[in-house]
Amino acid sequence: MEEKHILLAHGSGGQLTRELIEKVIVEPFRNPILSLLQDSAIFSREGLKFAFTTDSFVVKPIFFPGGDIGRLAICGTVNDLAMSGAVPLYLSSSLILEEGFPLGDLEKILDSMRQAAEEAEITVITGDTKVVEKESADGIFINTAGIGLIKNDVEISPFQIRVGDKIIVSGYIGDHGMAVLSEREGLSFRTGLKSDCAPLNKLVAKMLQVSKKIHCLRDPTRGGLAAVLNELSRQSGPGMIIEEEKVPLREEVKAASEILGIDPFQVANEGILVAIVDSQEAEKIVAAIRETPWGKAAEIIGEVIPYPEGMVLLKTGVGGTRILDMPAGEILPRIC
Amino acid sequence: MCLGIPARIIKIEGDRAEVEAGGIIQTALLTLLPDVQVGDYVILHAGFAIQKIDEQEALETLRLLESLN
Amino acid sequence: MKWLDEFRKRELAEKLLPKIEELAREPVNIMDVCGTHTVAIFRHGIKDMLPANITLLSGPGCPVCVTPPSEIDKAIVLSRQPGVLLVTFGDMMRVPGNFSRLENERARGAQIKVVYSVQEALNLAMKYPLLKVVFLAIGFETTSPTVASVIMEAYRQNILNLFFLNAHKLIPPAMGALLDSKEINIHGFLCPGHVSTIIGSRPYEFIPQDYGIPCVISGFEPLDILQSIYLLLKQRTEGEAKVEIQYQRCVKPEGNIVAQQVLQEVFEIDGSFWRGLGYIPRSGLKLREKYAHLDVERVFDLDSLLPKEIPQDVREETAGCLCGEILRGTESPPQCPLFATTCTPYHPVGACMVSSEGTCATYYKYHYKVITSPRKRGE
Repeated sequence: MEEKHILLAHGSGGQLTRELIEKVIVEPFRNPILSLLQDSAIFSREGLKFAFTTDSFVVKPIFFPGGDIGRLAICGTVNDLAMSGAVPLYLSSSLILEEGFPLGDLEKILDSMRQAAEEAEITVITGDTKVVEKESADGIFINTAGIGLIKNDVEISPFQIRVGDKIIVSGYIGDHGMAVLSEREGLSFRTGLKSDCAPLNKLVAKMLQVSKKIHCLRDPTRGGLAAVLNELSRQSGPGMIIEEEKVPLREEVKAASEILGIDPFQVANEGILVAIVDSQEAEKIVAAIRETPWGKAAEIIGEVIPYPEGMVLLKTGVGGTRILDMPAGEILPRIC
Repeated sequence: MCLGIPARIIKIEGDRAEVEAGGIIQTALLTLLPDVQVGDYVILHAGFAIQKIDEQEALETLRLLESLN
Repeated sequence: MKWLDEFRKRELAEKLLPKIEELAREPVNIMDVCGTHTVAIFRHGIKDMLPANITLLSGPGCPVCVTPPSEIDKAIVLSRQPGVLLVTFGDMMRVPGNFSRLENERARGAQIKVVYSVQEALNLAMKYPLLKVVFLAIGFETTSPTVASVIMEAYRQNILNLFFLNAHKLIPPAMGALLDSKEINIHGFLCPGHVSTIIGSRPYEFIPQDYGIPCVISGFEPLDILQSIYLLLKQRTEGEAKVEIQYQRCVKPEGNIVAQQVLQEVFEIDGSFWRGLGYIPRSGLKLREKYAHLDVERVFDLDSLLPKEIPQDVREETAGCLCGEILRGTESPPQCPLFATTCTPYHPVGACMVSSEGTCATYYKYHYKVITSPRKRGE
């Protein structure tokens, strides 16, 4: 049963997505910058280091508790830039609109984007607008691209990760994915859950002020914490171990996960980051994160270990140890 | 797939109930468990309440485990 | 979460473990019948906590794993019919049939919807009166009463566009078939907690009585499972064999009478095919005559829709798959030639790998990588 068609599972951010990207999509364009497959592409020109990134947003439903596709689009791209240690400067915004899409909704979304851009202190300087026939796009799809500058002494990438480094998460996991799921058809629960969608560039700036030993940053979007930790572990070489009890998880997200049989470690987040930092600086960095509005629940959740290589272990609440694997299949389609 | 979680009944309307678990509120069908009251804890499976949780038994099990040394 | 968190406390696990170690003097094989137990054991890292003497075997209580490919084939050909909306639980989407999977069919344009409750199938039928809504009804005794109650509702409301592709099975007969096959050496069963809330403890009595094997009906939280393992070891050490209820807060010896009555009203017992175990008499459910008009197999001529032959490339791909032996506990995943080569959780060939509760999927995630890490191989 060889795959001849794209499956929904190819979009969920887990193993299948990786394979599609690495084996099919990257091939025709292969080059040294692209091959690194980081959140942002980093290149130097005229003695300046730039970060450049792009993202498309297809979230369903378009409006969800705590945000909408517009806010997601701005924050998503700002965060990709911030994760490479860049100061985000400018964004583009391309809209694909379905015939029949209400103008009122479009205005709401654009206003959301404006607000998010203000919060992040970036400007949208170019864009494009297309309209397609009914049924050819689900209301609205948004693509954003962004560019930022990285200070020359800032070097943040998986290749900086060292054994002994501590792993920090800046807030509660699973909020975004569960909030979106709760709005979807067929899921009958009402929750107080809101998406955590937020721009993290100012959080990163604060962290960089406080320490020069931040080795790697990632925002766990599709595929959640499990996907991100596994990717980083595979790219950098050593293993990781995290403690379930230390990972911030809201009661409602935990309850929703139990009800749906979904692992909260695989659920998307849009307003938290994972930081891999020098063990001596970890406490100082966590304290700094907690002083910001986006990081009140930050915790050190684990560390980088020499063995097993390229794998992530989880010490469970009850005291056992298991592997935290890369997600497979379509856990939550159209989550961002 | 015997996924079932404990939930508390907060409102009953005919054969439907509103139940709460960890702050999440859901609708559950009571067709298989007609004799329940508001405040009871039940096991929820695929949108249905399938059995009541006997809180005395639950406490007894925990007491037994606590007493091990 | 109340009545969940209390049964995950580490301090209490630490009290149980020495008691278990004391009693595990020699190798002992315990089978957890229910897929949800397999997942709980994996997810909380319980294997890692137990002494090496205790081997936990996964049994056939994974409805996804034991649904024969022919049922998937029927669901697929139905989904290809114009005007049909196939409704299913999410887990079935990736299960291989003989020539395709529901996931691939959806990618090719079939109308297939994933739901969390059978009630949604009824809602969809009422919302779309011009569509034929077909529900793929799988699951054991925990789920079949919920389906039965919706069937009764559909009958009562005279809904004419809702149909059921019935693949429900019963757990105790499968446990008996496993023991009869004499292929495995089990010293105790962890019996499925939620199935037992429905059927009670009596249906398992034949196991200690006729086979001398201890049974403990277990809850799903880590403390439940650890306590149940302890109780099994205790029965074994004292030379006892009986059905014990560990999950006292939810399981009554008589079970849920209302649910049993609903099942009786709608279904009758029939023989059924299990992937890996073959035909087991009186192990499945069939819709009674009164509800025949809701039975998709009596309403559609499925035989004429099913392809006559399995494509060559599919037969080649699945040749060597040991799911059958694995479901019976006689072989372990690394012994299957396809395991971790052509069959992985990301590209599953057999059902044991597709289901998140499947033995192969769990083994792959938990054991495989640690054993084959380059360092350990001496590279």
